[in-house]
Amino acid sequence: MSQAYEYIEMKIPAKPDFIGVIRLTLSGIASRMGFTYDEIEDLKIATSEACTNAVQHAYKEQDYGQVKISFGLYEDRLEVMVSDSGKSCNFDEVRQGLGPYKNGHEVEFLREGGLGLYLIETLMDEVKIHQHEGVTVFMTKFVDGEQVEMDAKVLST
Amino acid sequence: MDITVEVKDITSGVEVWVKGEIDAYTAPKLSETLYPLSKREGIVMIVDLTEVSYMDSTGLGVFVGLFKSVRAHNGVFTLVGLSERLQRLFDITGLADIIDIKSHAEGGVE
Repeated sequence: MSQAYEYIEMKIPAKPDFIGVIRLTLSGIASRMGFTYDEIEDLKIATSEACTNAVQHAYKEQDYGQVKISFGLYEDRLEVMVSDSGKSCNFDEVRQGLGPYKNGHEVEFLREGGLGLYLIETLMDEVKIHQHEGVTVFMTKFVDGEQVEMDAKVLST
Repeated sequence: MDITVEVKDITSGVEVWVKGEIDAYTAPKLSETLYPLSKREGIVMIVDLTEVSYMDSTGLGVFVGLFKSVRAHNGVFTLVGLSERLQRLFDITGLADIIDIKSHAEGGVE
């Protein structure tokens, strides 16, 4: 079943300098779709994390590649796709180091990275990662929490 | 989409005010400014995040690094002035249980 949607696509140089620009664009799109302030902040973090991954992992050797960010605007949800066409990193390996910090970890063993993918999975409703000639992160957030998260706050009107 | 890092010396160490957005682009500046200070023996480092409007895992990474370094040099590292959003970020990543976070009411930087 296909649903009507509007489509927006942007390409940025694979440099951290432009991730803020994507956040601004995303804010505009998400607020006109009716997402709440908190949902927009979640979307901003998740999308920035995906862009940061793309910029940092995919273009270690070859500078100035591009990262493509696509937005699919549906009635009930926003789909964000972030893809690089550079070298793919081993996401299974990355996943091994995922998850929140546990109290009791020795201070010197605390990881300083690797939280990005964990945050994406925590803040979005659906996340898929494709690995084929590069990495594509495909994530969805529903308007009005159609798929309510466990910790979602109930708003009374 | 920029960041300013203001450092003020106090008797026991430094008070730091961070303003702006902390992401992959701005995190290096934060790190470069504060990391050398974190290596002073017994330093007390208080970082005020009241005016941080955005932060993601790159910022968390910087604070984990600073926290580790300050601790390794027998110092005290404290974050103050977190918005609800920032607090949530530290909560869901489990960092709130590890790093010392104080609200203003508990005696943060004035």
